[in-house]
Amino acid sequence: MTEIQQANDALESITSVDDGAEQYLSFLLADEEYGVEILRVQEIKGWDQVTHIPNSPHFLCGVLNLRGTIVPIVDLRLRFDMPAREYTPTTVVVVLKVEGVTERTVGIVVDGVSDAHNVKPEEIKPTHDFGGSVSTEFIKGLVSLDENMMMILNVDRLLSVEALG
Amino acid sequence: MAKILAVDDSASMRQMVSFTLKAAGHTVTDAADGQQALNIAKTQSFDLVLTDVNMPVMDGLTLTKNLRGLPAYRFTPILVLTTEAGMDKKQEGRAAGATGWLVKPFNPDQLLATIKKVLG
Amino acid sequence: MSIDISQFHDVFFEESFEGLDAMEGGLLDLDVGAADVEAINTIFRAAHSIKGGAGTFGFMSVSEFTHVMETMLDEMRNGQREVTGESTNLLLESVDVLREMLTAVQQKTETDDERIAEVRTKLEAMMSGEDNVAEDVTETTSEVAVDDEEDGSASQGWFITFRPHQHLLQTGNDPVRMLRELDSLGDLSVEVLDDKLPPFSDLEPEDSYLAWNLTLKGDIPKEDVVEIFEWVDDDCDLEIVELMSEESDSGSTEEAEKQEAIEPEVVEVDASITSEPEVAISTPEAAPAAVPKAAAKAKAAPAASSIRVGTDKVDSLINLVGELVITQSMLSQIGDNFTPEMLPQLIDGLAQLERNSREMQEGIMRIRMLPISFAFNRFPRLVHDMTDKMGKKVELKLTGEQTELDKTVMEKIGDPLVHLVRNSLDHGLETPEVRLAAGKSETGLLQLKAFHQGGNIVIEIHDDGAGLNEEKILGKAVEKGLVDAEEILSPEKIHDLIFLPGFSTADVVTDVSGRGVGMDVVRKNINSLGGTVEVVSKRGEGSVFTIRLPLTLAIMDGQTIRVADESYIIPLISIIETLEVKTSEIKRVSGKGELYPLRDEYVPVIRMYDVFNLTPKTTDLEEGLLVIVEGEGQKVGLFIDDLLGQQQVVIKSLETNYRKVVGVSGATILGDGTVALILDVPGLMALYREPSLALVVNNDQAA
Repeated sequence: MTEIQQANDALESITSVDDGAEQYLSFLLADEEYGVEILRVQEIKGWDQVTHIPNSPHFLCGVLNLRGTIVPIVDLRLRFDMPAREYTPTTVVVVLKVEGVTERTVGIVVDGVSDAHNVKPEEIKPTHDFGGSVSTEFIKGLVSLDENMMMILNVDRLLSVEALG
Repeated sequence: MAKILAVDDSASMRQMVSFTLKAAGHTVTDAADGQQALNIAKTQSFDLVLTDVNMPVMDGLTLTKNLRGLPAYRFTPILVLTTEAGMDKKQEGRAAGATGWLVKPFNPDQLLATIKKVLG
Repeated sequence: MSIDISQFHDVFFEESFEGLDAMEGGLLDLDVGAADVEAINTIFRAAHSIKGGAGTFGFMSVSEFTHVMETMLDEMRNGQREVTGESTNLLLESVDVLREMLTAVQQKTETDDERIAEVRTKLEAMMSGEDNVAEDVTETTSEVAVDDEEDGSASQGWFITFRPHQHLLQTGNDPVRMLRELDSLGDLSVEVLDDKLPPFSDLEPEDSYLAWNLTLKGDIPKEDVVEIFEWVDDDCDLEIVELMSEESDSGSTEEAEKQEAIEPEVVEVDASITSEPEVAISTPEAAPAAVPKAAAKAKAAPAASSIRVGTDKVDSLINLVGELVITQSMLSQIGDNFTPEMLPQLIDGLAQLERNSREMQEGIMRIRMLPISFAFNRFPRLVHDMTDKMGKKVELKLTGEQTELDKTVMEKIGDPLVHLVRNSLDHGLETPEVRLAAGKSETGLLQLKAFHQGGNIVIEIHDDGAGLNEEKILGKAVEKGLVDAEEILSPEKIHDLIFLPGFSTADVVTDVSGRGVGMDVVRKNINSLGGTVEVVSKRGEGSVFTIRLPLTLAIMDGQTIRVADESYIIPLISIIETLEVKTSEIKRVSGKGELYPLRDEYVPVIRMYDVFNLTPKTTDLEEGLLVIVEGEGQKVGLFIDDLLGQQQVVIKSLETNYRKVVGVSGATILGDGTVALILDVPGLMALYREPSLALVVNNDQAA
C-alpha cells in the first residue's frame, strides 16, 4: 500500500505555486501516462469488492461503498478498449469529482499512480489526432514530462452520466 | 402437524406459546410485532396465525387486516388474543377479519383446545 | 398433557422489570399538558403486557393491580382523561408498588399488602371521578346465548338450524368444524338445506350457500352448544330449540315450527356489520383527533432546505450519543481482554448497541418531522375559492393537523392532496340544489384527517357527496379498452379503475380537474414515496380516499434474494407471497411469455436472470422460487434462485453518482459493507415487456 500512501501524501501536499502552475496527478495505463487535475482527486484507494450493476456497459465494474456513499467504478482499460487486467490487491482506484449538472463522485481503475506534477498552462499542448489509443474527445491536452508525454484527461466528458450508460 | 405464526411483543408469552404448540407437534414461527409477522407471512405459508392485539410498530388488528389483504391468507384462521374486555374488542377483531379469539390469560391446555378447534 | 409454565417465569420477571423501567421513564418524560400520544401508548403497552403475563403465569394480585393502572392509562391514550401532574405522580408511585410486588413474588417473600391497598385505593378514587368505561369482567352477549333458559336441568337435546351467511368462509371459519364439534357433544344427525344453492355457473367458490338442520341428542347444556358458534354469531342465522321428549325424529321442519310456537326461543342474528366500510378504515387508534394537545415539536422551515429543530429533540440526541459512547467503550473493553466467559456480556453489549442505534435512528428521523398542518394549511383558502367558483357550499374540517411526518414526504404529498381535494369538490360534492333534492343538507362536508397508525401516517379525505358512479366508470373503462365488456367487476374493483392512466369521467374538462392526467399520477407519486392510495365509495353517500405513507423515506423493510451469483433486495411491501412451482403448471402463450395460474388470474413469470442478463445457476423453474410481487396495480412472478434474510435497509441513491438503472430503485449497504441493489418492481415489469430498455447506449468513440 505504500504506493497509495505516497499518492495520498502527494494529494495532501498541494502547495500553491506562484507561477500560475496547477498540479496534476499522473497515473499509468498500459504503459502510457495520463493526468488529472489534482483538485479533482478526492482520494486514492485500493481495489474493493464491487457490486455488479445489471445491463451496464462492460467498462463499468460496478459500484462500491465509500463511507456510506454509493460510487461507480470504471475500468479505464476497458473504457479505452485496451486489454483488461486482473484486479489484485495492488490495483489502484482513483476517486474523482466529476462536474456536470451536479457534482458526482466516480472512481477509475488504473494500473498505478505515478506522481504529482506542477504544470504551467503554457506547457499544455493542444491535441490533434495523433493516433493514440484514446479518442481526443477525452484529452484536454498534452504535457511533456522528461521523456514521457502525459495526456491530461477530460474527466467531465469521460465520466459524464451519458458516457456511463 | 400445522404451521403456526405466533405474534406477541412479550417474550415470555412467545416462549410459552411456542413451547406449548411445539410440544403438541406443531411448527411454530414467532414475531414480536405485526410488521415482522407480516413480512414473514409474505415469504412463508402458515395454517394458522395467533396474534396479540397491543404491540408496537403494527398492532394485531392492523396485522389481521393486512393479512386478509394477501390472497394467500384470505381464508387462513386468524385468532386474536384479547383480554376479557368484552364485546367491543371482539367486534373490532371481527371487523378486522379475525376468525375468532382466545381470551387472556389462558393456560396451555386452553390454548391447545382452541387450536384444535380451528385446525381439526 | 400438562406443560410446566414455571419455566417461563424468569423471562416474565425480566421483561416485566424492564417494562416497569420503561413505564417509569415514559411517565417522567410525559409532557403534562402536551402529552405525546405515542408515549402514552408505549407506557400503556408495557402495563398491558405485565398484566397479561401476570395473569397467564398465575400472579393474580399483580395482574389485578396492574389492571387498574392499565385502565387509567387506557383512558389517557384515548383522550378521555387528561394527563396531569397528579395522575403521573400517582402512576409513578404505582410503578414503585408494582416493582415491589414483582420482586416479592419472584423471591417468594411477603408483600406489603397495606401499601398495595393504599395505592390501589388512591388509583380507584382518581378513576371514579368520571363516568368512564369500566372494564367488564365477562359480558353476557345477548346475540346468541339466551341464558335465562339455563337452569342446568336435564335436557333431551337440541334442534339447531344453522344458516351461515354468504361470507362466513372469509372469516377463516369453517362450518364443518362446528358440525364436528357438535358431533363430539352427543348424538348428531345432520340434514343439509340447499335451498340457497345457486346453479353451478353462478357458484362462487368462496361463498357459503348451504345451511343445516341439526338434531343433537343428549343431556347437553345449552351453553356448550352456543359456545361452538361463538365466533360466528354475527355471521350466521342460528336457532337453537330444545327437543321435546316425544319427538325423536330429526330435521323435520314442521316440528321445529311447532316447537317454536311452544318455546319462543328464536334467536336470530342479522348479517349486519354495524360499521360502514368507511368507518372500518379509520380505526379506533385514531387518537390525534381526540388529543389535540399532542405537541408539535418542530417549527416552520423558512428556507427550502433548512429546518428549525426544537432544542429538546437535539438534547435527546445528545443523550443518545452519550449512551452510544458508553456502549462503545464497554464493547471496546470487552474486546481488549476477551475470554469466552465474557460472551454473555458481549451479547448484552451488542443488544445495547442495537438499542442505541435504533433510538438514534428514530431520534434523527424525528428531526425531519413536521406537523402535517403545513400541508393542510392551504386548503381552507383553496376550498373557499373553488366552492365560490362552483356555486357549492362545503364545510371543511381538518383533524390531526399536529400529526408529524417527514419534511420531504410532506413536500411531495402536497400536490397529490390538492388533486384529491379538487376531485372531491368537483366530482364528489354536489350543488346545494342537488343535495337538497337528495335529502341531504345544503352544505357538504369535506374532511381531511391525519393520524399515525403503526409505522405509517394515514391521511383520509372524506366527502359526503355523490360517491363514485360505477356505471359511468365502468362504461368509460370499457370505452377506452381498459376492461373487457363482459368482465364482471366488484364495486371495489370498479372504484380502483379511476387510478388507471388516461382515465377521466368528466363530461366537460374543467380547468380544475377532469383533464384525465390526475388519478394515475396521484397514485404514482404516492407509490414513489413508498405509500398507497385507495378509495372506498358509496353511491349517494360519498367517498373516502385513504393515503398511507411510511413515516420515514429512507428506511424500508427488504427481503434479500439470490439470482445466479448476485444478491438483490425486494421491498417487502411489494411482496404478496412466495411459491414453489411445477413446470407443468406454467402456460406458455405466444407473444405473452410464461404465465403462472394464481387463483383467479394469470401472472407473468419474469426470469430475473433473463432481464438482468446474468448467467443463471439454473433455468429450471422447479429448482428456484417464484416471488409474487405487485407494482402499479399489477402482479408478476419473479423467478429467483433463493430467499435469503429479511432486514431493514437504509435506502441509498444510485443516481447521485451513477445514473438511473431500469429495474433498480436504489441501493443499500449491507452489514458486511458491500452494496446491494434494491429492485424496482414496475421497472422490472417494463424491462420484461421492453427488453430494449436494457440496451446500453455507449458513447465510446474510441478509435
